[in-house]
Amino acid sequence: MAWLGILNYWIFVLLLMTGMYAIVAKGNLIKKLIGLGICQSAVFLLFISMGKVVGGTAPILDGSDRAYSSPLPQVLILTAIVVGISTMALALAVVVRIKESFGSIEEADVYGKEAEA
Amino acid sequence: MIAAHHLPVLQVVLPLVAAPLAVLCPGARAPWMAAVFVSLAAFAVAVTLALQVAATGTIAYELGGWPVPYGIGLHIDNFSSLMLLLITGASLAALLHGKPVIDKEVQSRPVSLFYGAWLLAVAGLAGMVITGDAFNVFVFMEISSLATYVLIAAGPTRTALSAVFKYIIMGSIGAMFYLIGVGLVYMMTGTLNMADMTERLHGVDDVVPVLAAAGFITVGLLLKAAIFPLHAWMPNAYAAAPSTVAVFLAACSTKVALYVLIRFDLGIFQPSLEGHDIQFSAFLMPFALVAMIAGSLIAIFEKDLKRLLAFSSVAQLGYIVLGASLLTAAGMSAGILHLFNHALMKAALFLAVGSLVYRYGSAKLADLAGAGRTMPWTMAAFTLAALSLVGVPLTAGFISKWYLVLAAMEEGTFGWFLIAVILASSLLAVIYVWRVIETAYFRPAPEGAPAVKEAPWYLLAPTWALAGLNIYFGLAANAPYGLAARAAADLLGGGA
Repeated sequence: MAWLGILNYWIFVLLLMTGMYAIVAKGNLIKKLIGLGICQSAVFLLFISMGKVVGGTAPILDGSDRAYSSPLPQVLILTAIVVGISTMALALAVVVRIKESFGSIEEADVYGKEAEA
Repeated sequence: MIAAHHLPVLQVVLPLVAAPLAVLCPGARAPWMAAVFVSLAAFAVAVTLALQVAATGTIAYELGGWPVPYGIGLHIDNFSSLMLLLITGASLAALLHGKPVIDKEVQSRPVSLFYGAWLLAVAGLAGMVITGDAFNVFVFMEISSLATYVLIAAGPTRTALSAVFKYIIMGSIGAMFYLIGVGLVYMMTGTLNMADMTERLHGVDDVVPVLAAAGFITVGLLLKAAIFPLHAWMPNAYAAAPSTVAVFLAACSTKVALYVLIRFDLGIFQPSLEGHDIQFSAFLMPFALVAMIAGSLIAIFEKDLKRLLAFSSVAQLGYIVLGASLLTAAGMSAGILHLFNHALMKAALFLAVGSLVYRYGSAKLADLAGAGRTMPWTMAAFTLAALSLVGVPLTAGFISKWYLVLAAMEEGTFGWFLIAVILASSLLAVIYVWRVIETAYFRPAPEGAPAVKEAPWYLLAPTWALAGLNIYFGLAANAPYGLAARAAADLLGGGA
């Protein structure tokens, strides 16, 4: 059961693929964005899990000799989460405006109306 | 002098701080002046830095005084100083030209928001080019991408919205792949500093995660750089964006992603990963060759001038990638030179298109019939830049293609095949360029077409300045070629 040891990476792959599937296969623009969000969460999990040291604690120096988990990936991901939220907010705003001007948020309708124009 | 020492960081800080200030400016004129002024200042800084790099070599700057593997270091060498010149120069030229065009085309009100987003895009692109930290590249990439999405969505038609949505999805996937790659490298090396990363990769035993990282980073950046076949977002985004934005994007946005790609693959992975060079070359060269042919072929059948130029960009980016994938000093310098020259010609072409759209209100070829008579100066500038695109002697485009052919000749028999593809692509370029010229000069204006005057001088001046540069660098090719050759030597010498 060696693959259990890298379970976090399997979950990363699974989530990434789920998100990709939603982006590619769903016609609804909001569902595509949800897929994008799932992909982003997968990346966050990848980073956070690689910073974990088994038996490690929070990196607070108190004089005793202990193993610490790496805080850097978490800090990086904090930035990436902010970036992800900004992207998502902007994308949702674009979807609202697509709804206003095309009257639909289904991909087929939007591109169909575009081809007519 | 304190100010001189802090020049590298000013390149990012200046537009970043000016962006909210520009948003606060009232009216339409004040934010434009602010943006022009900041671009001018940034361009001046870029020129100073380029001269400094030429005189004393690579500039290293520690952000906030933190020593490098722990803090974030800025790093300016020949290649990045060339890119800085492109970014700030393109921003300046586009803005100088763009005031009336932006007032007419941009939908967002107040228009100061548009200039705020513009300055953020400049800050992000400049940051991507000078930072020496892999994660920092991601942050700057997202700053510039988010700003670019806003700029494109400001386009005059509703097509802009659907184009932007596609771009957001694909751009986010590109950035995400880059982030995954950086994560995997960080996992194996424990560092995010690019120079440090190169060092530590030598000592990595298990190269599988690093290979996966190289794959993720390469594909992610190929998406961002719109390299065939990952260019699907680009033509619509360029066509739907306000003309001024198209100038800026065509000149530098995709090229900056390409810069990061070259820096990562050739600067970091190449010296430390065995067999990476062969994989890089075998993976990218077919795409580059197909891009050169397919991009030009599609451009021939386009009915919209902006889309035609966008597909020609797909083909021209192929030349740059081909140069890089040859992995020789000659190929690399030809690629970097073409990166510079292509920015010059595409900026000039899109500036001319901006003037045409300003007068005609459309970029459809059918509507532009007779433009050669109504707007002779604009079309003359367009023709000059288009000749450069084809690679006619005495233009900048000829110089870079010439060096590319020379680099291909070093490859022996296989090189002749490459040269054949380069020539075929150039011939196809003649066809699509000729279609535009024929429509503009030899077709009568359609019935009931609006009476059109020549563009005003303040639109012609920047267009001609850039068209003139195409000729200037076609005659005096030594300066950019020298810079490109030094940049190539930096990259292939293993020094990141």
